[in-house]
Amino acid sequence: MDSVRYDRTGTGTRVPLALKILVAGGFGAGKTTLVSALSEVRPLQTEEILTGAGADTDDLSGVEGKSTTTVAMDFGRITINDDLQLYLFGTPGQDRFWFLWDELAFGALGAVVLADTRRLADCFPSIDYFEQRGIPFVVGVNCFDDSRRFDLPTVRSALDLDPEVPLVLCDARDRQSGKLVLISLVEHVARQRGEPVPAA
Amino acid sequence: MLTEPPGPQHEWLDDAAGPVVRPYTLTGGRVRSAADGFDLVAFILAGPHANAADPQLAPEHRRLVELTHRPVPVAELAAELDLAVGVVRVLLGDLLARGLIAVHEPLSMSSIPGDDILKAVVSGLRAL
Repeated sequence: MDSVRYDRTGTGTRVPLALKILVAGGFGAGKTTLVSALSEVRPLQTEEILTGAGADTDDLSGVEGKSTTTVAMDFGRITINDDLQLYLFGTPGQDRFWFLWDELAFGALGAVVLADTRRLADCFPSIDYFEQRGIPFVVGVNCFDDSRRFDLPTVRSALDLDPEVPLVLCDARDRQSGKLVLISLVEHVARQRGEPVPAA
Repeated sequence: MLTEPPGPQHEWLDDAAGPVVRPYTLTGGRVRSAADGFDLVAFILAGPHANAADPQLAPEHRRLVELTHRPVPVAELAAELDLAVGVVRVLLGDLLARGLIAVHEPLSMSSIPGDDILKAVVSGLRAL
């Protein structure tokens, strides 16, 4: 689509390309913290509605008494340049809200799965989800201050990760550390596409 | 927006699920947008004929027109209006039907050309 057609100012309005990256992991693994650390804007929240009205329903008339509720998703933005923006979406923590993930995951560049070594099993469902759908992901082991230090080969074997899936230590509170996790994801995506990005 | 405490009568409702709302009041009960699409990262841009002061538009429609004089993605519009994404999609569908906005859906990953974009992302991230 040619965005210049809609330009009101005469200076040319360019519509950037937005890439979606999901941040997943168990409850309390640091998803919101990582999104906050990386976002250039105060992290925003968007809500999706859960309603008794199913997908086959076009309107709610007659079901006014039916309850709906909302699930919040945190997201943040990183501007790469005028034409390219990254959007980071924290996935809803509870497993039962996974049907919302399908929309989030649609067209996503890839995902970061945050693992907390104190509750390593909490990230298994996220790993399964991305593996089953062929969505590229990396695992970031969030190093909490009081967590036991695991060495990466032990964690990799505990997670039963495919050898090509990057596994990195990170501190979700630290922007530089989060940045390195994203870089390892994008490099992984590039390798999977057979177009490896040269090292810096 | 009407808010009630969660009750036990519904499978989704508990403390983790947040408040019970009747969010589709603004859309006249419509839960589906007139148009498909509106990805969370689709950019919306108001067209040249869109007027945020148009008295025929509801306040939420006007606000959307006002915000989209530069391209803004759907997720940011929902956050800005503090409305659920589903509600914003219905409202955007109304504006699209009136020809007041243009929608720029994101490219799917498989159609993103070449490795230049990924290279740009990596070098952009390194430079942060």
